[in-house]
Amino acid sequence: MLEVRDLRTYFFTDRGVVKAVEGVSFSIAPGRTLGLVGESGCGKSVTALSLMRLVPPPGRIVGGEILFEGRNLCELSEEEMRRIRGARLAMIFQDPMSALNPVLTVGFQIAEAVLAHERVSRREAFERAIAMMREVAIPDPERRARSYPHELSGGLRQRALIAMALVCRPALLIADEPTTALDVTIQAEILDLLARLREHFRLALLLITHDLGIVAQTADEVAVMYAGRIVEYAPVREIFHNPQHPYTRGLLRCVPRLVISGERPRRLETIEGTVPNLLTLPPGCPFADRCPEVRPLCREGEVEMIQIAPAHFVRCVARGSPILPPSSAPRDREQVRARTS
Amino acid sequence: MATTQALIVVRDLKKYFPLRRGLFGEPAWVRAVDGVSFTIREGETLGLVGESGCGKTTTGRCLLRLIEPTSGAVHFDGVDLLRLPPRQMRAMRRHMQIIFQDPYASLNPRMTVEEIVEEPLRIHRVGTAAERRARVREVLEEVGLSADALARYPHEFSGGQRQRIAIARALALRPRFIVADEPVSALDVSIQAQIVNLLQDLQQRYRLTYLFISHGLALLGHLATRIGVMYLGKLVEIAPTETLYRRPLHPYTQALLQAVPEPDPDARSQRLPLRGELPSPLHPPSGCRFHTRCPFVMTECREAEPPLKEVEPEHWVACFLV
Repeated sequence: MLEVRDLRTYFFTDRGVVKAVEGVSFSIAPGRTLGLVGESGCGKSVTALSLMRLVPPPGRIVGGEILFEGRNLCELSEEEMRRIRGARLAMIFQDPMSALNPVLTVGFQIAEAVLAHERVSRREAFERAIAMMREVAIPDPERRARSYPHELSGGLRQRALIAMALVCRPALLIADEPTTALDVTIQAEILDLLARLREHFRLALLLITHDLGIVAQTADEVAVMYAGRIVEYAPVREIFHNPQHPYTRGLLRCVPRLVISGERPRRLETIEGTVPNLLTLPPGCPFADRCPEVRPLCREGEVEMIQIAPAHFVRCVARGSPILPPSSAPRDREQVRARTS
Repeated sequence: MATTQALIVVRDLKKYFPLRRGLFGEPAWVRAVDGVSFTIREGETLGLVGESGCGKTTTGRCLLRLIEPTSGAVHFDGVDLLRLPPRQMRAMRRHMQIIFQDPYASLNPRMTVEEIVEEPLRIHRVGTAAERRARVREVLEEVGLSADALARYPHEFSGGQRQRIAIARALALRPRFIVADEPVSALDVSIQAQIVNLLQDLQQRYRLTYLFISHGLALLGHLATRIGVMYLGKLVEIAPTETLYRRPLHPYTQALLQAVPEPDPDARSQRLPLRGELPSPLHPPSGCRFHTRCPFVMTECREAEPPLKEVEPEHWVACFLV
């Protein structure tokens, strides 16, 4: 349904080229959830914006394919893309307040999404909006449809955004940190709702989050990103019970857990150091400086993704990944072409 | 709650914020903190947990009188802080410091790291210039920053390093008590762990006492000696960490614990269904404030407010069910 191949999105800044997404590949089937996890700046949000073709300048998709329902989104015109966006492919963001227009009623904004894509009357669009609000469990939808965003709580606003995203029955929903701004009890309700809607509409869901707990509870497959690359890609149980990349292992170890017994205070495991600067990324594995298993080969060139089990992929020299010397990497040539075109 | 070796004793703390409605309207009151009592013992970490608007941040600031409480009492090492005149209160603040959530907003961008960390020493006229300079270097080293950070500005540092600077500033005066208001919420997990461990090391080395405010129960489990759970301005349950995890008695505590997504795909959890949304602290529900969302609500919950009572040693709950 969605297949992303070798996606590369770069930002051409005054200080140099930031390779925010560097050769990302994954796929999602209808009714499945792919969890895209990583820390801030790893490229997960830029990946989402690339799929929507909404990368802000000076960023640009410089390579790869986004195959969605049989078409390569990278090759579509802006007009064709606009017809798909919101209709077949929808996105919800972290902060529901800034994604809603404060001077229009919630019902009007949801109906507007219908009117933008389908030839229906205003009355019919409004009825569809109310039906969708009921579907996302907004209580008293007829009354809430006439409310303005500031009159709703954070949880209801996020439900309204989900209604707006789903009212045209898209095939793929991209949810970028959909619950980060919400309280834990409200977060749990929104995650339950997304899971129910995914079943009901056979949605493909790309869930972007930094929270490994949310991934464990909702995803079928998981892609772990670091410095613009997917470093590990596997079914959710494999990621949590048999992690192979040192970064995935480190991340899992430093998550605080609700462990009941034992001495307190308990030390948390850490990953020493900080995320590298993408402007001055040395050749080789970007995790090398923080990696407990680092070896000289890691710094010699781009590390390739290898398959270590039927659905388990990892990009790590210590697991047998081959190295592409930086000089022979095709991306340097393409980057020059992208800049000069 | 034993009062022996208690460093902080809080009694019936209230903070009402006025909210004026129109020019001539009657002021309404937001009851941000509405009668909260607890103690913090020397050397322990009391965790305070709750959702947005529950009053946990206001409680932390009232303890240092960064916000003036409406009523109640706050004792620090036997001294009633709310009765201190301003000058004596300022002197008292040497012993009590705060670390804020957002290290991007809490550090003055126009000051160098040296100036930021030295400022509290200058304000309290500690030592000579040379002694202060030496103390700044020493405290930076304690938080894991080298001397070449001194002449740099906050924007040159990552979020985790900025939080280290904020911790160095809080430690400069060698305080006894620190309010840590969500100090790692804005940081990535791998960096969170570094900062939490640093705070624990410093606590052991200097026998610091912490009030650690957090919205995450999983994190508090790693560092809190006891945990207090707040809901709409009230403390609904307080117990030693392990007791709270093993036998959470208030339905809200149970819901909070179950709402934490476990990082284990085989533990997809059963959740206690909470109804509705968080009510506004402007119009808190009658009786037990949690009754509008409680799955076990009874008639009396709507009418009377359940008192906080000790159900087993050190385990206090405000619920008619227990």
